[in-house]
Amino acid sequence: MDYLLTDEQKMIRDLARKIADEKIRPAAAKYDQTEEYPWDVLKVIADSDLFGLFVPEEYGGMSVGVLNLCLATEEFSRACGGIAVCYAASALGTFPIVLFGNDAQKKKYLPDIAKGKKVAAFAITEPEAGSDASAIKTTARKEGNYYILNGLKHFITNGGDAETYTVIAMTDKNKGARGASAFIVEKGTPGFTFGKKEEKFGIRASSTRELIFTDCKIPAENLLAKEGMGFIVTMRTFDMSRPGVAAQALGIAQGALDVAVKYSKERHQFGKSISSFQGIQWMLADMATGVETARALIYSCAREIDAGSKDVAKDSAMAKMYASDVAVKVATDAIQILGGYGYMRDYPAEKYLRDAKITQIYEGTNQIQRNIIALQLIKEMSK
Amino acid sequence: MNIIVCIKQVPETTEVRINPETNTLIREGVKSIINPFDMYAIEEGVQLKERFGGKVTVVTMGPPQAEAALREAISMGADEGILLCDRAYAGSDTWATSYTVAGAIKKIGAFDLIICGKQASDGDTAQVGPGISTHLNIPQVTYVKKVEEVKENLMRVERMMEEGYEIIETPLPALLTVVKEINEPRIPSLKGMMRAKSAKITLWGQKELGLDPQSIGLCGSPTQVVRIFTPPQRTGGQMLNGEVPDIASRLVDLLKDEVH
Repeated sequence: MDYLLTDEQKMIRDLARKIADEKIRPAAAKYDQTEEYPWDVLKVIADSDLFGLFVPEEYGGMSVGVLNLCLATEEFSRACGGIAVCYAASALGTFPIVLFGNDAQKKKYLPDIAKGKKVAAFAITEPEAGSDASAIKTTARKEGNYYILNGLKHFITNGGDAETYTVIAMTDKNKGARGASAFIVEKGTPGFTFGKKEEKFGIRASSTRELIFTDCKIPAENLLAKEGMGFIVTMRTFDMSRPGVAAQALGIAQGALDVAVKYSKERHQFGKSISSFQGIQWMLADMATGVETARALIYSCAREIDAGSKDVAKDSAMAKMYASDVAVKVATDAIQILGGYGYMRDYPAEKYLRDAKITQIYEGTNQIQRNIIALQLIKEMSK
Repeated sequence: MNIIVCIKQVPETTEVRINPETNTLIREGVKSIINPFDMYAIEEGVQLKERFGGKVTVVTMGPPQAEAALREAISMGADEGILLCDRAYAGSDTWATSYTVAGAIKKIGAFDLIICGKQASDGDTAQVGPGISTHLNIPQVTYVKKVEEVKENLMRVERMMEEGYEIIETPLPALLTVVKEINEPRIPSLKGMMRAKSAKITLWGQKELGLDPQSIGLCGSPTQVVRIFTPPQRTGGQMLNGEVPDIASRLVDLLKDEVH
């Protein structure tokens, strides 16, 4: 399908595809096995200017465009969901600064992120605060010109490897959700340490760690927006980043479909390629249709955000939920088409399923996405 | 350092097929790329510019669509592209091509270094680089795998041999042809691609170059292609099994038979 991309968007897509084909795909199995952080691949992405896709030009980036970012993320994910999420999670950690940072904060943090010299991360999740983000226990107490952070964040993507963190902490526990605030915390700040690195089912090239704050003293100027704005910062950030998670899922689905189509043409049984069997053809047709509808939904949603629409919660939830469900389904069917080979680690199919599964879970489970969609639907109906 | 990189646009060789009736290349639908060896030449030129300053000018001779190769080189960090394009240049062999490219380089003016890939992946002759240096009467070093040192008017390089390598010092200006061991061509940057898209490509033909009409194109080409054919496929070898002394004597017998 032709999405009538601009010349610049085609350029971004082609460049990301070149990096994916030449640098990411050949390294995917290695990082999946070793769980090492893919610094060498991220360096290539940095040199290509693509970390600038989520930073405005005046701060050293290439301007902020959700569709542009989706195109790059999709292509990276097509080759490896794990390496792609290291990139996408840096965007997630950067959006709060782009959206709510003051000029001094933007000048201080954004140029290095845009050049890929520093990776960013976003930290809201805690052991007892997942879908219920209002249950977070990490506190930030103001003392003179400083805030003192105490608490534990977990499942933080890029945790330990990122230099710049946006952390959500309670400044006033009595106010519930309105008592949360967002802070920029730099790696190396005394009192800020990392817990164990998680061993994961998929996206194993990416790092996931606990962040531990023990009387961690940060300058008051690191507060983003105002006290009490923490959840607004989070929600606006997720509205921007959700199409990106959807694009990860889309790339994974496309990658799995590519593998399945290629294999079905090469594999011969009963004297013919298995792609000549209607049973396989119908599976491939359903997979391709799922991928294309997900793409259409994501690109439309991204364009809506880029056009300045504020009312995007429902659409971005739909895109994320739908694309990730498609990714798990398509990856599962790709394994089925490869049969016994699909189940083996030496073949590329099973990794797509392991990488796909997380996209139904993080940045709001698909059940939470359905809640968002339904609530918005009901609200619209009662207008 | 003023560096000139000479490149060629070639069909992507993995996709090349030959029409068995006419014995000519089937070019329809085959993607054109920069000759892979020239990618190393571009990269080396850009790296030298990054170390010593100056400018990288990329030159190619070919049809109008060869402009895409020049833009790709600019996206990797080259500064300017010059396309030598004229119907009069069609059918050039390696002699006429190197004469024409050398003519264009004379028109460019002062330079310190010319870099070419060691050969093109379509013709595989490895003659145009050395031909250019001969037409310009400057030293050439072929199969360069490393630039060791650059001083004023002097360069020391490693030249790859079948066994080991030579260290060669050459005065500048000189021409190098490079092998793939010399570097790893970079992936272009988005800013580079944007610059390449809007870059102005200089177009030179006979009007601008005014070369000897008898030395260009088909009539300036002493080479005549008599026939192109696909060589017969190699047949698989013969496997001998058994005890080593027994295999050895059977092998000797077989070799003797082969000779007779």
